[in-house]
Amino acid sequence: MEHVARLARLALDEAEVEALRGDLEQILDYVAKLSELDTESVAPLTHLHVAAAPLRPDLEQPGLSQAQALAEAPRQSHGGFAVPRFVEQA
Amino acid sequence: MISARELQAQICDGGVSAEAVCQQALSAIAQADGLGAFLYVATESALAQARAIDQKRKAGEPLGPLAGVPVGVKDLLTTRDAPTSCGSRMLTRDNRLETAWRAPYDAAVVERLRASDAVIIGKTNLDEFAMGSSSENSAFFPVRNPWDPSRAPGGSSGGSAVSVAAALCPLALGTDTGGSIRQPAAFCGVVGLKPSYGRVSRYGLVAFASSLDVIGPFARDVRDAARLFDSIAGHDPRDSTSSELAYEPTEAALGDAANEQSYAALKGLRVGIPEEYFQAGLDTEVEQSVREAVRRLAAAGAVLSKVSLPHTSYGVATYYLLATAEASSNLARFDGVRFGLRRESPSADLIAQYAETRGGGFGREVKRRIMLGTYALSTGYYDAYYKKAQQVRALILADFDAAFQEVDVLLTPTTPSPAFRLGEKLKDPLTMYLADVYTLPASLAGLPAISLPCGFTKATDAQPALPIGVQLIGPAFSERRLLGAASWLEHLVADQVSLSCPGASALSTNLKATPEQAPHQHSPQVSGLGVG
Repeated sequence: MEHVARLARLALDEAEVEALRGDLEQILDYVAKLSELDTESVAPLTHLHVAAAPLRPDLEQPGLSQAQALAEAPRQSHGGFAVPRFVEQA
Repeated sequence: MISARELQAQICDGGVSAEAVCQQALSAIAQADGLGAFLYVATESALAQARAIDQKRKAGEPLGPLAGVPVGVKDLLTTRDAPTSCGSRMLTRDNRLETAWRAPYDAAVVERLRASDAVIIGKTNLDEFAMGSSSENSAFFPVRNPWDPSRAPGGSSGGSAVSVAAALCPLALGTDTGGSIRQPAAFCGVVGLKPSYGRVSRYGLVAFASSLDVIGPFARDVRDAARLFDSIAGHDPRDSTSSELAYEPTEAALGDAANEQSYAALKGLRVGIPEEYFQAGLDTEVEQSVREAVRRLAAAGAVLSKVSLPHTSYGVATYYLLATAEASSNLARFDGVRFGLRRESPSADLIAQYAETRGGGFGREVKRRIMLGTYALSTGYYDAYYKKAQQVRALILADFDAAFQEVDVLLTPTTPSPAFRLGEKLKDPLTMYLADVYTLPASLAGLPAISLPCGFTKATDAQPALPIGVQLIGPAFSERRLLGAASWLEHLVADQVSLSCPGASALSTNLKATPEQAPHQHSPQVSGLGVG
């Protein structure tokens, strides 16, 4: 559970971990019924109705202005999104 | 109860002002506050839109097909002039709905509503990030079923369904990933259409499951639903999953209840009844009501046959692996950096901040699905869960393809039971998930499906009558024929669905105010306009 929570970037307290553990066990138990089906020769369905992703010409298109992009940012710094340090000092 | 198209016609010929209609909708919404249908009421901008439409009419400019019609928009679709909360604290600054995120752009469907001259009356309540089947997972407050407020309206588009059922507005937009339009439509006694995947642009829809999400209309009848659908459907290059197949408008192809001959083309329609949808677990009253609809279709000239969709019972498992996996990816963007809630971590480290923010901002059901989806995609488990589910999805699609070799539409109950009580299915997640058994398969196959009312449960001293919905499913991109069949069925069962919703306002048939007679009066207290 701790591993999955770390992958999912979710901070969970002990009570939540236990409750979620129970939920996930119940659900995984149920979804195991898919193993009743022989899918050896079945191609996984990955896309519906669309044969390939459409491409467009590689030309610049208008986008959000810097001000628009930053308008809802919880913290800004030097015209960018401020985040805690994440790069090791050399 | 006036239809959206009659309202638009009256507004276009000056019989009533768009402003008066808007005022009445706002008043009805305020009165019905206890139902929890709206997270945001767009009072100022809606009135401004309505006044602009009245101005256009006075200037002799052409008006769009939804001119002056108040429309509710599920709060998962972006709007420039209203907040978008997704029913979650994650999109607030400080856990308060008042500080919900302001999107910098309108969703494609919102743009199209504006282009049709609709009046966007507010943002409707929902299960958080569309995850749920009851609207109880809204982080702010639940939505109540107007037929019995102790019961759920269904979800995740509960607010939109209720806004139409309670006559707060004649039309609303919802989204459907596993049944989130159809199931609340059935529980609330209204029409709800899930279009084919790719038929309506998802640009501006906050993504839950990218291979399943579809936007669609709620209305009180099939013709109104068709009009709203025609206004929003069609290719959009900004959505790479948007179909380039030419769009054929649906409203003009519908039969007309006043003219029996208009249904002539539907005689001989081949209707398939999948046996897997009529087994143990289906409520008796729901079954009786749906079978009566089948009888009437047969009597009117449809050709009925039994079909089999053998992988139906694997739909729940398939969906809850694929949708949760996709959700775990889509919801990774909510991290406190560019928008929404941010909870600083004492350790001042980026990953910890992500975890604190997400742990604090997401509700229980959302966390549950993210955890499940992450697990299903993780190394060592991907083949057994995610890939397996994709393979079973292919089998489910093949079931439908085979059935549609023999029939034109499929007919099923929309839900195994009528609306359940608030709190009844919150004990363990699986109980709620299993209730989606009849709606999930069409979602997995990307097929168009519509729910329309076909009857009610019997009222008792202890329990008001509850709506029952019947579902029609068609081949991909067959909305024109599907809506035609739905319109015919609606006509055939009309006497079974004539109860009035007790919680409904009186967006009345007797709109008599004219701007010429009373240019200074903008109050809703004009003859015929009443509330409640």
